[in-house]
Amino acid sequence: MSREELAEEKNPMEDFLRMDRIPHIWCPGCGIGTVVTSFADALKKSELDLDKVAVVSGIGCTGRVAGYVKFDSFHTTHGRAIPFATGLKLANPELKVVVFSGDGDIVGIGGNHLIHAARRNMDIVVICVNNFNYAMTGGQVAATSPMGANLSTAPYGNFEYPFNLPYLVETCGATYVARWTSLHIRRVTKSIQEALAKRGFSFIEVITPCVTLYARRNRLGDGLNLLKYYYDQSEIQHGADTRTVGIDYQGKLIVGKFVDKEKPTFLDGMNTHLQKVLGEKYVPYGVKP
Amino acid sequence: MRKVKADPKGVLTGAHYLDGDFAIAEGGLAAGCRFFAGYPITPSTETAERFSERIPFVGGIFIQMEDEIASITALIGASWGGQKVMTVTSGPGFSLMQENIGLAVMMETPLVIANVQRGGPSTGLPTLTGQSDMMQAKFGSHGDYEIIALSPDSPQECFDLTIKAFNLAETFRVPVFVMTDECVGHMHEKVIIPPADEIEIIERKWYQGPKDKYLPYKPDKDLVPFMVKAGDGYRFHTTGLTHDERGYPVLNAEVQDWCVHHLVDKIRKNAHKIIELQEDQIDNAEVVVVSYGITSRVAIRAVQLARKAGIKVGTMRMITVWPFPEKRIKELAGKIKAFVVPEINLGQIGREVERCAFGQAPVIGVTHCGGWVHDPEDILKAIKEAVR
Amino acid sequence: MSEIRFSGYGGQGIIRCGLITGKAVSLFDNKFGTMTQSFGPEARGSACSSQLVISDERVLYPYITRPEILVSMSQDAYEKYEPDLRGDGTLIYDTDLVKPKPVRDEIKYFGVPSTRFAEEMGNRIFGNLVMLGFFTAITKLVSPEAMKKALPGLVPKRFLELNIRAFDKGYDYGIELLAKEKEKPPAMIKPDEKPPVSKPKKRAPRKAKS
Repeated sequence: MSREELAEEKNPMEDFLRMDRIPHIWCPGCGIGTVVTSFADALKKSELDLDKVAVVSGIGCTGRVAGYVKFDSFHTTHGRAIPFATGLKLANPELKVVVFSGDGDIVGIGGNHLIHAARRNMDIVVICVNNFNYAMTGGQVAATSPMGANLSTAPYGNFEYPFNLPYLVETCGATYVARWTSLHIRRVTKSIQEALAKRGFSFIEVITPCVTLYARRNRLGDGLNLLKYYYDQSEIQHGADTRTVGIDYQGKLIVGKFVDKEKPTFLDGMNTHLQKVLGEKYVPYGVKP
Repeated sequence: MRKVKADPKGVLTGAHYLDGDFAIAEGGLAAGCRFFAGYPITPSTETAERFSERIPFVGGIFIQMEDEIASITALIGASWGGQKVMTVTSGPGFSLMQENIGLAVMMETPLVIANVQRGGPSTGLPTLTGQSDMMQAKFGSHGDYEIIALSPDSPQECFDLTIKAFNLAETFRVPVFVMTDECVGHMHEKVIIPPADEIEIIERKWYQGPKDKYLPYKPDKDLVPFMVKAGDGYRFHTTGLTHDERGYPVLNAEVQDWCVHHLVDKIRKNAHKIIELQEDQIDNAEVVVVSYGITSRVAIRAVQLARKAGIKVGTMRMITVWPFPEKRIKELAGKIKAFVVPEINLGQIGREVERCAFGQAPVIGVTHCGGWVHDPEDILKAIKEAVR
Repeated sequence: MSEIRFSGYGGQGIIRCGLITGKAVSLFDNKFGTMTQSFGPEARGSACSSQLVISDERVLYPYITRPEILVSMSQDAYEKYEPDLRGDGTLIYDTDLVKPKPVRDEIKYFGVPSTRFAEEMGNRIFGNLVMLGFFTAITKLVSPEAMKKALPGLVPKRFLELNIRAFDKGYDYGIELLAKEKEKPPAMIKPDEKPPVSKPKKRAPRKAKS
């Protein structure tokens, strides 16, 4: 049997997913699964030591990702994936730590942690799957819900201003910021690959339909149609001014890689600064001899 | 359980004049703690300050997080990253930590939290003492669980018990609380830090077997599962959800029953190995004063006066408050006239003594809401009342 | 057992006084010294104090209740804490910054121009060390050797020598004062300066003891 044939025998996702936990709980037409596939693909291409990859999730639909990926994986409390990842990364700096969670988790209840991790330039990758609502609990209004959208706790339509996530994290100091929809499969993969290769705080927002709740409530059609709709509504503008990339209800979606810059990470800064101030007495941390 | 000597890098051997807060930081460093995430809050901040000052010369991380929620969560992450971890806080911060104390319990994560208690509720008395978080330490997070809590009465004990807290946390894979208070936290006294080779450290219960056989929640003989750290190739999963031995979520009554009983049993069934009490003249006592922390120290003066007056009074000082010494209280209840329980709250541990005394001996609480330590005269009055 | 209160205004090094003395007795005089301090939201300027209990046995009750020694380096602090001073106690004060009133008959008064001496030595920040030297000479609760040994770590390294000189200045002044007193009865306060004696302030029945 040739190598190629041997490979056929094996599920291509076997190295990346806990096959004993499949099937997953996500609805048909939901985009989270494709983002996970992109993540696996990015890891494959990155040639990272998979034993050194750790995935941290919070609570929610996307929060379940940690339970399916075959890495050291942590399913934590609501909103707290980022501080957990901060502790994990600092305790063992060899790790490549990826936070995989939803918009409600990362920017709603966990918003404070998001801005501080970006400010510190904590060396982690944050993949934020944005479906414009709290899906796991039944489609409630979120900090990302576009104005005018109908949600179970905004039954007459949402009148609050939503966050513009790329703008938020850029101003806080993130060194890599990108946005795609979940149908931009190759682009999402490439962005994750770039983020994994980067040192610093990376943030990738992936717009995903919530078929069962957000879409149905707003009569936006079934999963595939909505996936396609988001894709068609997108306009790629690499390097766009993030102030201009806010999202209107069923409006145009500006996607692309907005920020990609270099800046010392938290650990770099700590080691450089303390070395400078304390001299030889300082014991550097997390630096390979 | 692997016992080793302390790493001399963190041990500031010698005689020092320190306050309790500083002594907690030194205890952590001596125990091998190399990761501290915290948020400033009176009257505990000095511990964070001391740690941040010392750690650059030892090698490790001090990070001031954005709040106490982030602090405790970072500790859990760092503990799974392989470090010994601690934080320090006081009432309001302790309240914020509660949800993730539950996560630490559920994930069976070793960590140490020192709570320098102040008067509550809410902002209460930031700069004045209290012991009113004792029940919160045990029951503050939701669900049924067990933790360990120790209560030092001096800066020296802050040092000693912080080391003990780490050893217990590592032995039982559980959060351990050092429940001190503003009085001890801000009190300066002599603290002797022994040479590193005289400090016994218990190492984490690291798993040694084959990688594919590792189950993060399979209880060992002592009921405590083995641990691994992220990055070592075990590709394990852990969750705050009810889970099986593999750490996989299983959401049904049967696994819930197994999971919660496991968390509770590993402490309850090992309680005899954990509980440390200091008893004095208890054998022929008519009255036993049960106390902990700063109150146990102030109570000694009252006990001395009572003994001078001819009263047979014994003392039980709880170094471990949780798990509670149920058996011992039950035993004593049948033999004595009454318990006297002074504490700086309105009767939290007194209620627990009452429960264990099971109506066999009355419990006289000497309680107040905080802001000061007891006047020994008040405790003496209660002792006299008890023998009447 | 002795209960001591050091008092003054924030920024004078009052907490340091308690720390140095506490460390000295605990580490170098083989006694037990428990130091506590008043904490308030104010950092500078207001009356502040540190309290020390010195004993040959372990200190059980950490706070002072009726101090027999009050060290005062500001009028505010003096007025705030004087009513607590034990009837047969000792007041040690900065003669330029504190005017004792009312004078209680049984209390022994010892004054030193500590801040002025420090200024003469170049900086008023050493005033607390002059005061500690004076305190050491007058009370004999702690040995001057122990006090000097306690300084490293509690005063900046580069000022250690100056602090020791300030301490010596106060100590010598105290010893001289005691010698003079032996010759004639103490008359630190002139009778005509003596204001009418008023009762100590009434205290709330359950005072916060810090």
